[in-house]
Amino acid sequence: MPLEALDPMTEAGADREFLYTLNFGPQHPATHTTLRLILTLDGETIVKAVPDIGFLHSGFEKLGEDLDFNQYVTIVDRMNYISPVANEIAWHHTVEKLIGIELTPRCKYIRTILAELARISDHLLCVGATALDLGGLTAFLYAFNEREKIYNIIEQASGQRFHPSYTRVGGLMADVTDEWIQLIRIFVASFPKVHADVCRLLNRNKIFVDRTKGIGVLTKEEAINMSCTGPVARASGVVRDLRKDEPYLAYGDLQDTFKVACAKAGDCQSRYLVRMEEMVQSIQIIKAAVENLPSGPVNVSVGDKLGIPDKASTYRSIEGLIQHFELFMWNRQFETPVNEVYGANETANGELGFYIVADGGGKAWRARTRPPSFLHFSIFPHLIEGHQISDVPAVLGSLNIIAAELDR
Amino acid sequence: MAMKIDENVFVSNLDALASWVRKHSLWPMPFATACCGIELMATASSRYDISRFGSEAMRFSPRQCDVMIVAGRVVMKMVPVMQRIWLQMPEPKWCISMGACASSGGVFDTYAVVQGIDRFIPVDVYVPGCPPRPEQLIRAVLDLQEKIQATGTLNAREFDKRTAYEGPGDLVKQLPRGSVVVAPGDYRTGTKVHH
Amino acid sequence: MAANYLVPLQLKFGDTLRSEEFRDNHRVIVPAEKIIDVLKVLKEQFGFNMLCDLAGIDYLGYPDATDRYGIVYSLTNTNTSERLFVKTYVNDPDPELPTATNLWIGADWMEREIYDMFGVTFSGHPDLRRILLPSEFTSYPLRKDYPLRGFGERHNFEKLIRSEG
Repeated sequence: MPLEALDPMTEAGADREFLYTLNFGPQHPATHTTLRLILTLDGETIVKAVPDIGFLHSGFEKLGEDLDFNQYVTIVDRMNYISPVANEIAWHHTVEKLIGIELTPRCKYIRTILAELARISDHLLCVGATALDLGGLTAFLYAFNEREKIYNIIEQASGQRFHPSYTRVGGLMADVTDEWIQLIRIFVASFPKVHADVCRLLNRNKIFVDRTKGIGVLTKEEAINMSCTGPVARASGVVRDLRKDEPYLAYGDLQDTFKVACAKAGDCQSRYLVRMEEMVQSIQIIKAAVENLPSGPVNVSVGDKLGIPDKASTYRSIEGLIQHFELFMWNRQFETPVNEVYGANETANGELGFYIVADGGGKAWRARTRPPSFLHFSIFPHLIEGHQISDVPAVLGSLNIIAAELDR
Repeated sequence: MAMKIDENVFVSNLDALASWVRKHSLWPMPFATACCGIELMATASSRYDISRFGSEAMRFSPRQCDVMIVAGRVVMKMVPVMQRIWLQMPEPKWCISMGACASSGGVFDTYAVVQGIDRFIPVDVYVPGCPPRPEQLIRAVLDLQEKIQATGTLNAREFDKRTAYEGPGDLVKQLPRGSVVVAPGDYRTGTKVHH
Repeated sequence: MAANYLVPLQLKFGDTLRSEEFRDNHRVIVPAEKIIDVLKVLKEQFGFNMLCDLAGIDYLGYPDATDRYGIVYSLTNTNTSERLFVKTYVNDPDPELPTATNLWIGADWMEREIYDMFGVTFSGHPDLRRILLPSEFTSYPLRKDYPLRGFGERHNFEKLIRSEG
């Protein structure tokens, strides 16, 4: 249908009637996801690009109004499916802000570690898939190998390797074990070598550099005006990272362990370099968080009447049983203020925010998501204009568009 | 399959031979839409390595493929695209429905998500899981190989005499008619229905 | 903090503006006809240079709600990391707001999404089409009077059988 929205004659005049239209997607290997582009071409040069999205619109936000705060976490998982844990943490961050829950220190640290692991896994896939599209299969295989290790860590904690649904309001599904910490220590020790390998493969690779340098340039002013966040904005020189600017979870304590990775050029290469550097910083955070992991409970105490009690207190104490009953009976559930709140986390792709409107009951009246991919894809026509058709995979890869987050 | 005549000579039914050849060189068409697509990539990459079972040659052009792996949920904007790709694949062809969403809609029982792709295209193997582990997808490929060997492909007996729709019932009629039902698309025209 | 902005804004636009506060969110509630002027002042004089989010809410049946649709502009000052939420209400039968795309290009797709999901139109928008749903779709799914499972649109397709290959 955007074919009708696009009329080369009116936009460029009669002398451009040799322009032709190319349909790209929705099922195309270089998009990685389901999105469609309608490109107007002058030879190989792209004159205009019209994106068409919604090929994965599954009604997440409508489901958010139908499920309670703990159930919706399984749906949120499937939003940015290459770093699911980060979505869960962002969702429950906002829910806890709404209800007014202060997490235990141990829970904060575990969530921080998981969020950083999710960031590494997201960046690995983004870098690997970009390299794959630009002709380098090896980096993709290296990246996937490391991702498998992260899957193992997440599976060890939660029992599911892909969509863990690990967080709960006021805590976590279960506490972590010593073996989990051991797995992280091994991962932290082995990751820098693989990171260096990927750097050696790509950083000075002639083909990779030629195809990313100077492609898809986004200036600082444009990045701000077009609502870009995360690595895309930071690669254009916007020094903004919610982990530093609005510290949440344990990032307040870990401020000294990491720096914000930024670049100035705003092209595909700097977006790649920012992502590579962020992985190094994430490893620093994980290292510090694991070594300083506080002891104590992971869930808020049953006396607060806020979190789900663990199995032991449900079966062995009357308070725990009552609390469990209160939260799970469909006509009881959480008591929320009749108000609305916005909470955001810095996920791998940028600012993932939720705007929750509560009506006093246990379900959200409205669970709006601020999806970074959606806003990043909206700048795509601007970035690709004037470039060659072979630059499309480079720009798409560097923006890291995830369809489920794009369309929800 | 074989009757041994002499050293290195086999006599076989041509259909069995053709099936045997076919089943070990399935070329998948990865129709990856969502989370399962990532697990499909994991299956293809080094740890699980689907090429051990002869299915590593993923071709993104439907004209070159013989098995479509629908990985992820299919929504109403995508159904016409999926049907068109299915029609573009040459015979003989098979379909693997990977994951709960493709098989039944999974957790997404909403206005936009199709409750199982078998309502609109034929499916041979269903893979449960959300998303299935790579081992499960490999199992599905092996199951499909068994099916190909068992049913034969030369005369397309597998597809013989199936002229009527055999999938699940029509859900539109089960739902209350609250409003006018619109037609969001048609596979022949891509996305648009011209009234 | 919202008060810092509220007083100068009230001086300029009259005291129909209200402010609310919850947790660390500061909201300014603005009548629909003044929304663009207020946003413009906030952008140009108070340094809220980024439109972080644009949320639509349907208040049909919400406790004590008087208006049907709420639109929330989440503004961010990228230099000071301040946030401010500007909220406005529109009503049936013809919910309409002026577009903010002249101030922030990022508003383009977010306004299209709200149009797609709630049917709130944005006058002056350069390209107001459905963005996520097929253009043939007739309902607005995030409205509260639209059921979760829809009216059967999701199964209204032709069925392919084996012999059609």
